[in-house]
Amino acid sequence: MRLTQGTFSFLPDLTDDQIRAQIEYCLQHGWAVSIEYTDDPHPRNTYWEMFGMPMFDIKDAAGILAALRDCRTTFPNQYIKMNAFDSTRGRESMRLSFIVGRPKDEPGFGLVREEGAGRRVHYTVRAYVTDRPEGERY
Amino acid sequence: MPDTDAQAADINLDGVFRDSGVGEVLEGLDRELIGLAPVKSRIHDISALLLVDKLRQQVGLSSDAPTLHMCFTGNPGTGKTTVALRMAEILRHLGYVRKGHLVAVTRDDLVGQYIGHTAPKTREVLKRAMGGVLFIDEAYYLCRPENERDYGQEAIEILLQVMENQREDLVVILAGYKDRMEQFFRSNPGLSSRIAHHIDFPDYSPSELFAIARLMLERMQYQLSPDAELAFREYIERRRVQAHFANARSIRNALDRARLRQASRLFGQRGVNLCRDDLMTIESADIRASRVFLDPSGTDSP
Repeated sequence: MRLTQGTFSFLPDLTDDQIRAQIEYCLQHGWAVSIEYTDDPHPRNTYWEMFGMPMFDIKDAAGILAALRDCRTTFPNQYIKMNAFDSTRGRESMRLSFIVGRPKDEPGFGLVREEGAGRRVHYTVRAYVTDRPEGERY
Repeated sequence: MPDTDAQAADINLDGVFRDSGVGEVLEGLDRELIGLAPVKSRIHDISALLLVDKLRQQVGLSSDAPTLHMCFTGNPGTGKTTVALRMAEILRHLGYVRKGHLVAVTRDDLVGQYIGHTAPKTREVLKRAMGGVLFIDEAYYLCRPENERDYGQEAIEILLQVMENQREDLVVILAGYKDRMEQFFRSNPGLSSRIAHHIDFPDYSPSELFAIARLMLERMQYQLSPDAELAFREYIERRRVQAHFANARSIRNALDRARLRQASRLFGQRGVNLCRDDLMTIESADIRASRVFLDPSGTDSP
């Protein structure tokens, strides 16, 4: 079950050239690009692990792609996403966030039902991979 | 725009030249940098080569990406960093470098203090410099053969790899004293073979130094009184032969000190009404107060 979180997630995987074009767009607007990775695909997991600091001082896509390559070699089978942060006054928030790397198998989510007081059922989702501990999921 | 038809003879060099906008940068270089005739002529040659290369590409002739790595040798204050900055601009206008920013580093920014520290440090610097120009000052300090715990060689190896494989992403400019750079290249032939242009920056003559001072004063909106001009010419003659003379930088320092003395002098005359000219003019007394005029042995710094 292909994860559909973030921008472009309903499209096929972006090629390196397409990623480069997106990075150039971000740099043109002066946004700081950062790379994050995780092995927990739950939709409420917003803060993934940071791969290095946000690259606010890199002016060219080649440098950022080098960092992405490093991340892919270090974590070949985890989700990797690229974020662009806009630091202009009044905004100070993420402008673009898209997945650039996925594990080979994505088992997906299951529904969890919990019965509460007065036989009310609370629903939530759980990712099948989180049955296993971190590091052994993919 | 130039004709892409290989049969047509009128390849529009002027058009490409105009479109690239390189002309203004070259004119700015000629105007704002005093002297440096061999440097300027080499830069014009490089610009011409890159333009013709562009035209060849457009007409369909083969053209390898030219090696643009350079080595600037010369004494301090002769304009190496300034010219490197202009070089970055020129390369951007001609389309050989994507962003045209300059990252200036020395050995400490590239070499680490312990095992495993150098590679990430160097790679970080290279990442920042991608799309622009990497300027390495005092490049020979990277190689310290007498200290076996020195990690400079690692940095050199990473540089060599990037200079060869990512030529379209990065241009490297090394700088330093001429004789030490020659020694450095002798012990690192791989590096020397990747450098296409060796440019030497000669020391400025006294009249060139005075012209530089004139330019600086104009920019700072100051002027020298006629006596002050004579005093400053004398100052230059004396200061040049003293120790630690750093060409244009020493001139800038001297002017800053003259401004300091002018300000003190004006402050001392607090009762007197001042006009705009008084605020702008540096008098000969402001210059002659320097220690350069006192010390006959020439060992003191002014």
